[in-house]
Amino acid sequence: MYIAKTSLSALIISTVASVASARDQVQIAGSSTVLPYASIVAEAFGENFDFPTPVVESGGSSAGLKRFCEGLGENTIDIANASRQIKESELKVCAKNDVTDIIEVRIGYDGIVFASEKGGNKFAYTQSDWFLALSDEVLVDGKMVANPNKTWADVNADMPAQLLQAFIPGTKHGTREVFEDKVILAGCEATGAFDVLKEANGGDKKAAEKACISLRTDGVSVDIDGDYTETLARIESTKDGIGVFGLAFYENNTDKLQVATMADIEPTVESISKGEYPVSRPLFFYIKKAHIGVIPGLKDFAEFFVLDEIAGEDGPLAEYGLVADPELEITQETIANETTIADMM
Amino acid sequence: MSNTLNNSLLTLDARTKKRNAAETRFRVYGIAAIGAGLAMLILLLLTIFGNGLGAFQQTFVTLNVPLLEEKLDKNSTRNLEKIKKVSTFGYAPLLKQAMEDTLAENGIETDLKSKKQAALLSKSAAAQLRNYVLANPDMIGATVEFTFLANARVDGYLKDRVTRESIADDKNINAAQLDLVDALLAAEVIEQRFNLSFITGADASDQRPEAAGMGVSMLGSFFMMLVVLALALPIGVAASIYLEEFAPKNWITDIIEVNISNLAAVPSIVFGILGLAVFINSMHLPQSAPLVGGLVLTLMTLPTIIISTRASLKSVPPSIRDAALGVGASKMQSVFHHVLPLAAPGILTGTIIGLAQALGETAPLLLIGMIGFIASNAPDSVASGFLDPNSAMPAQIYEWAKRADPAFYERAWGGIIILLVFLITMNTIAVILRRRFERRW
Repeated sequence: MYIAKTSLSALIISTVASVASARDQVQIAGSSTVLPYASIVAEAFGENFDFPTPVVESGGSSAGLKRFCEGLGENTIDIANASRQIKESELKVCAKNDVTDIIEVRIGYDGIVFASEKGGNKFAYTQSDWFLALSDEVLVDGKMVANPNKTWADVNADMPAQLLQAFIPGTKHGTREVFEDKVILAGCEATGAFDVLKEANGGDKKAAEKACISLRTDGVSVDIDGDYTETLARIESTKDGIGVFGLAFYENNTDKLQVATMADIEPTVESISKGEYPVSRPLFFYIKKAHIGVIPGLKDFAEFFVLDEIAGEDGPLAEYGLVADPELEITQETIANETTIADMM
Repeated sequence: MSNTLNNSLLTLDARTKKRNAAETRFRVYGIAAIGAGLAMLILLLLTIFGNGLGAFQQTFVTLNVPLLEEKLDKNSTRNLEKIKKVSTFGYAPLLKQAMEDTLAENGIETDLKSKKQAALLSKSAAAQLRNYVLANPDMIGATVEFTFLANARVDGYLKDRVTRESIADDKNINAAQLDLVDALLAAEVIEQRFNLSFITGADASDQRPEAAGMGVSMLGSFFMMLVVLALALPIGVAASIYLEEFAPKNWITDIIEVNISNLAAVPSIVFGILGLAVFINSMHLPQSAPLVGGLVLTLMTLPTIIISTRASLKSVPPSIRDAALGVGASKMQSVFHHVLPLAAPGILTGTIIGLAQALGETAPLLLIGMIGFIASNAPDSVASGFLDPNSAMPAQIYEWAKRADPAFYERAWGGIIILLVFLITMNTIAVILRRRFERRW
C-alpha cells in the first residue's frame, strides 16, 4: 500500500514538473488543402534533421488562423496554413492578442477543379455557367428573378440535360472564397447581373458583390464542410453531382473522377503555372516571428519547406500536385531575413 | 350450460386460435429481428475484413544497394556530422543505381528512364537507406541488401485495387511500369508478405501510404488509457462508496445522483470543448498530448464507472454489512473488508467497459489536437510519454479515411480491425472476470 502511494505521488509530481518543460516540436494547424503538403515536408524534415517531426493539424484556413491569432506562447500554434491570404480583420485580432510580427510565406499555387463521376457526361464550363447554375437570382430580361434553372441544358443549351447538383466547399474553407471570387463573381459580371445589382444597390459595389455570391438554397448547391473525401463520396452516391476539388486530390483519384474544362482550359500543372487556367490560388503559411528561437527548429522547418528541392518544380510537393512558385527565391529570402507583413508595407 | 357442451378441450375455439396465432406471429417477429441484427453484424464484419485485411499484407522489393562513397562521404572522413549533411534527396541516385543493377542482373529490359524505374519504390526507401548509413557508417563503400516497401500504386496493382484500366489518366504510374512490376514479380524481386510495420509503425505523409502504421497511435491510446485508469478508477470508486455507504439520503445527494446520470448521457464532444477550454486554454497543458486526452476521457468515463460501482455495491446483501457491524467492525471496516471485495468483480467489469468505450472515442480528441499528421517517430523512433504529441487509434483511422490517396482507405479499414481486436479482448476479459468471481445471493 505504501509503495503504491509513493509511486502514485511520484507520478503526479513528475507529470506536473514536466508540464513546465518547453515544447520541442513545431505545431502547425490550418487549411486542409495545405495539410498534405505540410505533412510531406514535416515527414522529410523529421528524417533529415535532428528535430522532432512537426505536428500538422487541419480544420480549415479560417479555423487555423483563428487559433494562430489566439496569442503567443507554447500552448499556441507556431504556424498557420492557409489557402488564402490573411485578412485585415484577422490581423487586427492577432494584434489585439500580441501576435504582431507575422511572416507570410507563399509556398506555391493550387488549382481548383470541377470534376464529376468518371463515365458520365463530359462538361466544358465557363464562369457564367456556374453563376447561372448556382446563384439565387439570375438576370432575365433585365430583371433579377429567382433562379429557374433545373438542368445544365437550361444554363447553357450546349450542355447535356443533366440535373443541376453541385457539392462546393463550406464557408470555413479558403477554397470557398476563391470559388466565389474567381467563378461566381466572374460569372456574375460576365452575365451582366453585376451591373444590374450595382444599380439596384445605389452604386454600392460591395453590396452588389455580396448579392452576386449569395447562392441558391433549394438543395442544388450543397456545402461540404468536411474534406474532399466527403465530396468524392457524395459524387459517388449522386451520379448527377459535380464537385469542387483541389488539383492534387483529383490527380490522386483519376480512376473515379473526370475533370471539366473551365473557359476551354484543362486544369494541369502547366496551365496553372502559366496562369492560363482561371481558377487557381496561392497557398500560404504564416509564422509567428516571436516563436523563432523559442521553439526549436521553427526557422529551419520554414526554410526547409521552401527549398528548391522541396517546393521547386521537381520537388516532392510538385509531384503531389502543387504548382511551383516561379518566385520561390523571394520567399526564401523573406524567411532568411524574417521579413514580417508589417515590414513589407 | 348449453354453450359449454360444445366446447371440447381438444378442439380449439376461434378465440384460442386467434391468441395462438398472435403468439406465433410474435415469435416470427422476434426471430426476424434477431435475424436482421445478425445479418447487419455479418455484413459489417464482412465489409471490415474484406476491406481491411489487405493492409496487413504489403509489397516489398529486395535490392542490393551499392553505398557509393563518392555520394555519401566524398572525403572518406567517416565523420557522422558530414554524412548527416547528405539529405534523403542525396540518396535517390543510389536507389536508381540499385534498380538498374537488379534489372540487368535478372535480364529484364525496359525502355523506362531510371527515375521511373525507381518510382516503383516507396518514397520512404531513401529515408530507410539514410538511417541505415547513419547507424552503420562503416558500411559505406559496400553493397548491402535492403528490403524496401513498394510504392502504394504497385501494392494496389498486386491487390487488384489498381488495374490497367484505372490508371489510364494516372500520372503517378503507367502501363510500362506495371509491365516492369510483372517482370520483377516473375524474378521474385518483388513479393507480398505480412506487414508488421502496419501494426508497429508511425503515420506517414500523403505521398507514402504504404509506410503508414498504427503503432504510434496505439501507444497514444495506451498512454491515455493509463491516465483514465489512474484517475477515473480511484475517483469513481471513492465517490460511489461515499454516496452509497456513508452519505445521508437528502435532497443534496438526490441532486448529485440525478446529475451523475445526466453526465453519463452528455455527448462526448462536449467533454472535448471542456477539455480545450480548461486543460489547454486555462491550465496551459500542451496540445495533442495523451495526458490531456486522458483527462478528457476521464471526465467522460467517470459517470459510467460511478454508476456501475454503485450498482455492484448495492447488490451486496445488507446482511453482510449487518454481520460485520454486529461483531464490532466499524462502518469503514465493514465496507473495506467485506463489501468492497464482494463488489470488486462488478467494479472491474464496469471499469473495463468504461475504458473500452473511451478507447473508441474520437470526437473529444478532435478538439484537443490529437488529429492530423502526427508522426512522432523521428528521431526518437517512439513517441515517448504523456506530454509528447500523439494521436489515438480512432483518431488515426478518421485521419486516414479522409486522405486523398485510396491506399489510405484500405489502411483505415485495417486500423478498424486492430481497434476491434482491442475492444473484443477488453470485453472478453470483463466477461471472464464477471463469470469467475461474481457471487450471487
